[in-house]
Amino acid sequence: MVSRELEFERPLLDLERQIEALRRIAAGTENLASVVAPDSDGTGDLAGSDDLAVSSSQSLEGQIALLEEKARELGQEVYSGLSRWQIVQLSRHPDRPYIRDYLDRTFTDFVELHGDRAFADDGAILGGLARFAGVSVMVIGHVKGRTTKENVVCNFGMARPEGYRKAIRLMRLAERFQLPIVTLIDTPGAYPGIDAEERGQAQAIAESIDCMASLTVPVVAVVIGEGGSGGALAIGVANRVLMLEYSTYSVISPEACSSILFRDASHAQRAADALRLTATDLLGFEVVDRVVEEPFGGAHRDPLDMADRLKRAIKQELAELKGLDGEALRLDRYERFRRLGRFEESGHADRRNGHSTATNRPGSQGQS
Amino acid sequence: MTWFKRMAAPKPSGDAKRASVPSGLWTKCPSCGEVSLAEEVSRNLETCGDCGHHFRLDARHRLEGFLDEGSLTEVAAGLLPEDPLEFKDDKDYLSRAKGAAEKAGESEAFLLAKGRLFGRPVVAGSFVFRYMGGSMGSVVGEKIVRAFELGAEARCPVVIFSASGGARMQEGIFSLMQMAKTTVALNRYRSVCQPYISVLTDPTTGGVAASFALLGDVIIAEPGALVGFAGPRVIEQTIRQKLPEGFQRSEFLLEHGVIDMIVPRPELRDAVALLCQHLGAR
Repeated sequence: MVSRELEFERPLLDLERQIEALRRIAAGTENLASVVAPDSDGTGDLAGSDDLAVSSSQSLEGQIALLEEKARELGQEVYSGLSRWQIVQLSRHPDRPYIRDYLDRTFTDFVELHGDRAFADDGAILGGLARFAGVSVMVIGHVKGRTTKENVVCNFGMARPEGYRKAIRLMRLAERFQLPIVTLIDTPGAYPGIDAEERGQAQAIAESIDCMASLTVPVVAVVIGEGGSGGALAIGVANRVLMLEYSTYSVISPEACSSILFRDASHAQRAADALRLTATDLLGFEVVDRVVEEPFGGAHRDPLDMADRLKRAIKQELAELKGLDGEALRLDRYERFRRLGRFEESGHADRRNGHSTATNRPGSQGQS
Repeated sequence: MTWFKRMAAPKPSGDAKRASVPSGLWTKCPSCGEVSLAEEVSRNLETCGDCGHHFRLDARHRLEGFLDEGSLTEVAAGLLPEDPLEFKDDKDYLSRAKGAAEKAGESEAFLLAKGRLFGRPVVAGSFVFRYMGGSMGSVVGEKIVRAFELGAEARCPVVIFSASGGARMQEGIFSLMQMAKTTVALNRYRSVCQPYISVLTDPTTGGVAASFALLGDVIIAEPGALVGFAGPRVIEQTIRQKLPEGFQRSEFLLEHGVIDMIVPRPELRDAVALLCQHLGAR
């Protein structure tokens, strides 16, 4: 199997595998051979393994406890000090839960709706009706794949114009039936290809943003993995914008930023720091409203728990928006985005909400 | 025809991309090779009198030429960038911005004005391409929002000339958010039922194309302007092949149904005025 582990995860994962193997021995289901070579097919053996194998189950328990303690410490050390680049890697982790992983658990009764009614059904954007906390909602999001076959269909999460037009169609449907909309963002960016340009990629993204500005239903957007630029924002103009703890949201990928700034994609690490693209960064900038904490080690370590956490977070946000009528919801969205930006203003009487307009995001209710 | 008489007024722009022979007196057209007096080219709003090639035109010259003579009043000129990310590459962002301002002769990448078009009030704005490639950060976004707010207040048309590489990297997420910010403002402006005319000039790509620039009630492009979401280099890197001639140019966009029309610069004033009249602007 191709390794799906990240460099910085490995020491901890190795330790956990050892613990797991020791547990199996303690339970009497396996012999020591598989412990000392956990990656092998179980035939590995080590000089002296017989001696170890006869050690009492009590000392085995002690050893497990010791390793568990060590794993806890190591985990603390690794995950409390993740660099932005490491978070970028987590946000793209091949085992990270994708939209389909949430559909069965965060939502129920999902019915997929296909196509933009004009050109095609883009596999990079998935949408449909679902039940959420007792009500019907429209779910729309980017699709990423784990296998080559899946990625051929979903194009690695990079949507073409028909994908955004499908999203627009579904948002209008939700508007007509007054259903709340939940979007799940996870894309490296909109697809930069000839066909996409021919069919008006920029126009499709612009129209999707515009469509969201008009909606009179509650909209909650969650960045669940990569929030790649305009292709992400196209379905991100929501009343509440959430990010999972180890997701990212940026105007440009660290790699592309690096090749522009440093003429070389290898400084992505530096670029990631410069871009400040983590959930914590963006919460600080008040560009996102809430960070949804992930299970220890990241969403991929416990997708079911992650789905439950996501459900709780969306539920709370939708509950808060429930008091607003259609116009108030639209106004709330307008005000939310109208405020975003940092600039100085000098020498003019018509100083509106001037200086540092991003800094005050009051609670939720529609303001004047 | 008052248009051409009036055109004697605007100052020469001294713009980029113009292959000037001795001390800017002559301009050689890169398209047809014709050498003309720089002054004459300038009088034609930076177009070649021979083949109609469009040189890049700086924002102030453009707006002065577009609006009625002497009617331009600049708005929101005091907006200056901040550095929310404390962005550093080999230079810090604010000193880069300062250098850009000096080079462009404008305080930021967008010039916003109130003025008149054939006597009727209009809000007009133009990107300053020479300022960091016309990239959109917080200041540009705010100015565009104010364009729509001014238009709504005065119940008059809004005309925006785009020339931009897209969102400004140095303001990171704030730049990206300007796409949403400008669009929610445009969305609100529509309630006053006045036309928003978007004029795409060379080049208009990225986050500017993917927001208000391609949301005009009428979308006009100048001849030969490059317009698209991804820049040609990015596309070539992605698909690993050369792009066909004319790809993403105005003529290509017209053919693919992305824009309403292509209008040569000297005819733009008349064209926009007529559109505004049809769409009921007072």
